[in-house]
Amino acid sequence: MNDLFFEKPAGEISIVLSGAAGQGIQTVEYIFTKVAKDSGFYVFATKEYMSRVRGGNNTTELRISEKPVYAYVDRIDIVVPLNNNALERIRKRISEKTIILGSPKYVEGEKNSIPVKFEEIAESFGNKIYANSVAIGVLSGIIGADEDKLIQNISEHFQKKGEKIVKDNINAALKGFEIGKTLGLNYEIKPDEKVRSQILLNGSVAVARGAIAGGCNFISSYPMSPSTAVFTELSRLSNEYGIIIEQAEDEIAAANMAIAAWYAGARAMATTSGGGFALMTEAMSLAGMIETPVVVHIGQRPGPATGLPTRTEQADLNLVLYAGHGEFPRIIYAPGNLEEAYLLSAKAFNMADKYQIPVFLLTDQYLLDSFYNIDEFPEIEIERYVVKTSENYRRYEVTDDGISPRGIPGYGDGLVRVDSDEHDEFGHITESSEVRIKMVDKRLKKTQKILEDFEPPKLFGGDEFDYLVVCWGSTQQIVKEAVEKLGNEKIAVLHFSQVYPLHSSVKKYFEKAKKTIFVEQNATGQFANLLKLEFGVDTSTRILKYSGYVFSVEEVAQRILGEVEKDV
Amino acid sequence: MFETKIYDIPDADIAWCPGCGNFGIINELKTALAQLELEPTRVVIVSGIGQAAKMPQYVRTHMFNGLHGRSLPAAVAVKMVNPELVVIAESGDGCSYGEGGNHFIHTIRKNPDITNIVHDNQIYGLTKGQASPTTARGQVTTLQFDGVYVDPFNPIAVAVALDASFVARSFSGNFDLTVELIKQGIQHKGYALIDILQPCVTFNKVNTYQWYKENTYILPDSYDPFDREAAFRVATDNSKFALGIIYRNPDKPILEEQLAPYKKDKTPVAYRGLIQ
Repeated sequence: MNDLFFEKPAGEISIVLSGAAGQGIQTVEYIFTKVAKDSGFYVFATKEYMSRVRGGNNTTELRISEKPVYAYVDRIDIVVPLNNNALERIRKRISEKTIILGSPKYVEGEKNSIPVKFEEIAESFGNKIYANSVAIGVLSGIIGADEDKLIQNISEHFQKKGEKIVKDNINAALKGFEIGKTLGLNYEIKPDEKVRSQILLNGSVAVARGAIAGGCNFISSYPMSPSTAVFTELSRLSNEYGIIIEQAEDEIAAANMAIAAWYAGARAMATTSGGGFALMTEAMSLAGMIETPVVVHIGQRPGPATGLPTRTEQADLNLVLYAGHGEFPRIIYAPGNLEEAYLLSAKAFNMADKYQIPVFLLTDQYLLDSFYNIDEFPEIEIERYVVKTSENYRRYEVTDDGISPRGIPGYGDGLVRVDSDEHDEFGHITESSEVRIKMVDKRLKKTQKILEDFEPPKLFGGDEFDYLVVCWGSTQQIVKEAVEKLGNEKIAVLHFSQVYPLHSSVKKYFEKAKKTIFVEQNATGQFANLLKLEFGVDTSTRILKYSGYVFSVEEVAQRILGEVEKDV
Repeated sequence: MFETKIYDIPDADIAWCPGCGNFGIINELKTALAQLELEPTRVVIVSGIGQAAKMPQYVRTHMFNGLHGRSLPAAVAVKMVNPELVVIAESGDGCSYGEGGNHFIHTIRKNPDITNIVHDNQIYGLTKGQASPTTARGQVTTLQFDGVYVDPFNPIAVAVALDASFVARSFSGNFDLTVELIKQGIQHKGYALIDILQPCVTFNKVNTYQWYKENTYILPDSYDPFDREAAFRVATDNSKFALGIIYRNPDKPILEEQLAPYKKDKTPVAYRGLIQ
């Protein structure tokens, strides 16, 4: 254990709220992060929770900083227990320096405890349930947030409940605020004016907003954690953006509807998780055969089967890579941060339309449930490839690049005939082996062109590296911060946000590295295996985690250091 | 009336057995489309997999030949995206009631304005003679050597129980009735089920042309299809199959009319963003 990794950096604080489901942790997280952001602090929040509606133990980590923070850390500077056994599950993360702040009955007997009578204070303003507002006030006081931002956010949140409740909550929060300022915890975090005008959102909202930016106007899905929030956000915005919302009877229907919606002229997606996607795989094969675009977002959680429904993993790459019988091209994106989630979600629609293939967006619970502040997203140009058909239209006209102009029914004089059987250029069923070979070649030929739109991996760190740490998807910022912590210029990070297909230009990174270290949130190193298969990369060094809990910055730093020290 | 030949695919290599009931249905479908004067470019036929599901291969309209059991979800999506199109979902009894049973139930609940034509030959044709969901108890098949030991699925009773907005049954050998029912199903605003009894001359030696003639009857003019209880009695009468419109509920909301994009603007989602 390298204690250095657990030192609190200046200008930053890590706060953890721990309690049972239904106690209002999310309300505190939601309002407090907004108060902090509006006051000019960089904010990062992520939660881990049990698969239950009431009880159990859930925690939320809130990092408040004067510099950008985008990743989960183990270190806890202040923990707020909200019930009796709130500290047991996170005991390992509590150090000598962790301050335990909470109601006297929950902090009793703990070292470094600061009792605050949340309930009593709340009751003095009329109701015990204002305790959450007291807590928001205390935390806002500790970080030195703006009093007016506290008042504004509390009042916006409770607005619908009437004037009296707004007033009581404000008073409770202000009392907490006063206490927070006088606890003697002087964390000096300087606000950054730029942050105030930024937006605060999580991965789910980033994916949904990216979809809208990419022209999404149809979503058919079946609810499944952790992917449902994308569906909910699109539904919330359906009137504003003219989106067809279909809660299908099952994932099989959802996938077939999304494909048929593209056939008819929509820009459609489905959102699901591994188990639901397993049901969609036959439909992916259909999309491959009839060369109809489709976008599927898969928010990963640990399997097999029901697995750990509310936790995180990156173990469905193989599922998505090989989903569907037969051979057909596809693209898989795995965004590493919120901006990439937005951009790649939008790009997925453009690429699906351009190449008439399934395009997958592979995220996970950690990315979807993590919030931070970010600049307003840029506008994206919606690329449309639908053509007006003429009378003798051939849906599967053989062209040089394998892409046949795609018509839709009712737009032009042609007939749009698509067939899941092998077919000729008109879409008519055939058993001719000549036509079969021509059509397989046509479909697979698209892969070469798809690589022209390859999203290159990002290198973090200098070019003069000996050690290359490779990651993909949601762990980008965790690995990046871990390597920054190590402060060794011989170590660089290479992050892939497009995991398939891979352009051969990426080989240069592996040729240059003396040692390549793979970091993956799964038990078998699925991406490492893919790179080995594609380019013969040495993938013998792997840092894997499959407990269901996300990697922390400290843990990755330690394990990378362990690999580097082996060679010394 | 249009000429039916406008729906012909000139050099189609038809995969049905000589004498198959599907030949009756294809003529009935083309006649219904012609009598309704529907341009081929206005019609989308969506099908699943099976011998019945080959129908759109042989009819010159738009075609979405998808996966086994999945004709309904695909048809519903097409209608949602472009309500101006006439959407027909067409498949066999195995595809529609077995593999696609869940979609059958939920499509009735959704009530999109589509026509669902089910070729019901009470046997599996393309997989060579196994029992279908509508095969009678006790019938010996190429797989059920000792006879089928489960009860048959009753699509009409299920549709009436779910308050489907249009429920009809026909027999492929009755040309005029089938044409009329397909026309009425297409003209009906809402989900229309037309279950068409049809012989499989190769694999079903029980339910023959003769058998259907003897075991069906046409509902009398006095029959009131708006009476749900009467419809349920007719649907559950196992002595003979009733033919005609068995049930209608014209008061159900239409799925696509309730969708967010159409609240203020009726332009099909399909055409938005395109240059007209």
